[in-house]
Amino acid sequence: MIDVKNLTKKFGEFTAVNDLSFAVEAGEILGFLGPNGAGKSTTMKMITGFLLPTSGTVSVCGHDIETQGIAAKKMIGYLPEGAPSYGDMTVLQFLKFIADVRGLQGNSRDQAIDTVVEQIELDKVVYQQIDTLSKGFKRRVGLAQAIIHDPKVLILDEPTDGLDPNQKYQVRQLIKNLSKEKIVVVSTHILEEVSAVCSRAIIIADGKLVRDGKPTDLEAESRYHRAVILSVDDNKAAAEVIKQQEFVDGIEIDEDSNIVIFPKDQKEIFTQVNSLVQQQEWAVKLLSVEKGRLDDVFRKVTGGI
Amino acid sequence: MERVAIIFKRELASYFATPLAYVFIVIFLMLSGFFTFDFGSFYERNQADLQPFFTYHPWLYLFLVPAIAMRLWAEERKSGTIELLMTLPITLVDAVVGKFLAAWAFIGIALSLTFPIWITVNYLGTPDNGVIVATYVGSWLMAGGFMAVGSCMSAATKNQVIAFIMTVTVCFLFIAAGFPMVLDSVPSFVPQRVVDTIASLSFLTHYSAISKGVLDLRDILYFIVFIGCWLLATVVVIELKKADQ
Repeated sequence: MIDVKNLTKKFGEFTAVNDLSFAVEAGEILGFLGPNGAGKSTTMKMITGFLLPTSGTVSVCGHDIETQGIAAKKMIGYLPEGAPSYGDMTVLQFLKFIADVRGLQGNSRDQAIDTVVEQIELDKVVYQQIDTLSKGFKRRVGLAQAIIHDPKVLILDEPTDGLDPNQKYQVRQLIKNLSKEKIVVVSTHILEEVSAVCSRAIIIADGKLVRDGKPTDLEAESRYHRAVILSVDDNKAAAEVIKQQEFVDGIEIDEDSNIVIFPKDQKEIFTQVNSLVQQQEWAVKLLSVEKGRLDDVFRKVTGGI
Repeated sequence: MERVAIIFKRELASYFATPLAYVFIVIFLMLSGFFTFDFGSFYERNQADLQPFFTYHPWLYLFLVPAIAMRLWAEERKSGTIELLMTLPITLVDAVVGKFLAAWAFIGIALSLTFPIWITVNYLGTPDNGVIVATYVGSWLMAGGFMAVGSCMSAATKNQVIAFIMTVTVCFLFIAAGFPMVLDSVPSFVPQRVVDTIASLSFLTHYSAISKGVLDLRDILYFIVFIGCWLLATVVVIELKKADQ
């Protein structure tokens, strides 16, 4: 497990991470959210031992990152932001180097490389120099080096940044299919990714933890939680009728001129809306319930507009 | 030790993965030939030794070694691979020593490729080969000193040009400290002991002692301690500056 206690990092006068505490258990896929400059990358750099905290502690699988750095680093696979790698090496040379440093030897080294090349579909480029690869492939090489030693803890800093939708889907599938015993921490600012992959999400803003919970709990904080979207033949007339209903808190017309109906006290109102539609004999074009919008919650808690 | 070897291997291979190594070796060999035969009047001296060859090594190294050293850490920092390297299960000392040794070994390879001149002088006369071996060792040790300075300068910046200029400047100071011109210009009220100390810090003092064919432990120790100190400084600088983007 990862145990982060009162973690603080200051760069001169600037406090990048401010008294952050959380713990992650095996089997969790933690989404790490926050606006740019919120301290996500700095926190990840401290968890992986690249930066030392100004105060506070990080322990990875029981090893303190400051005092037992090597033991802790052995447990971790890390994809730094931008997936840096040695451009003058071929993919195979690079993976061999990482495997060597990770202490894999002989058969188990070759096997680990074969597995990871197959898993990440790098077979077409293994003999190619990393400098000549496309952005997507470079990112995948970065992922490959992070999982080559089958680490207990996987820390991925924006793993899908700059990938096309197919590659994003692949990376998400890969993360989901990792062993259930692992800890995965993924930083991202793509919010669908959190609902799609993560079992838990943490939002930080200005270096402070502002939310910690399941993606569904976070969605429930949205004003769109359980809102009903309705579109009928005459939306204007329908809106007037709906406004009068006692289960309705308010309505809004969205950009596609659908009616968004907000329930009172975030109650389930789908059945009421449905019976109202039948009663009024409207011709329904669209009727659906919103789970909540993460981007809405994200803006609310991180102070954006 | 094993980890140092892994870093060493990767680094050394990376020199030969790009034209860098070949360009460097060709230029090094051409310049050392030029200095030996034109400036050093190798033939005109009519002496069977390699003194004209070795005399210009400090000046050759002054520009060529920083060109190799400047990329040591500046490039890692610029490309972000320093973050990858420092989060692998190795210590900072492993990385600093491994990278330094690779660069030093590379200079060693370039230096050993000057062997035709050794063959030439043996063909032309009967030189004292002991002196030649000792001077090769001394020359390589001196190159290590330059390289260690370069390692530290390279760690301090991600701009390779700045690293190059800083290294040349610092190395020049360490050469110049042994010049009679410099030492004579020290005012006479300064005690002789201070002048001797300045002179003893110079590469030239120790290099010329070794190139007389005497491998004195003190001269060897000087270079080893010098290299050790600058590598230690490299470790400290990286530790301090690694957070800077």
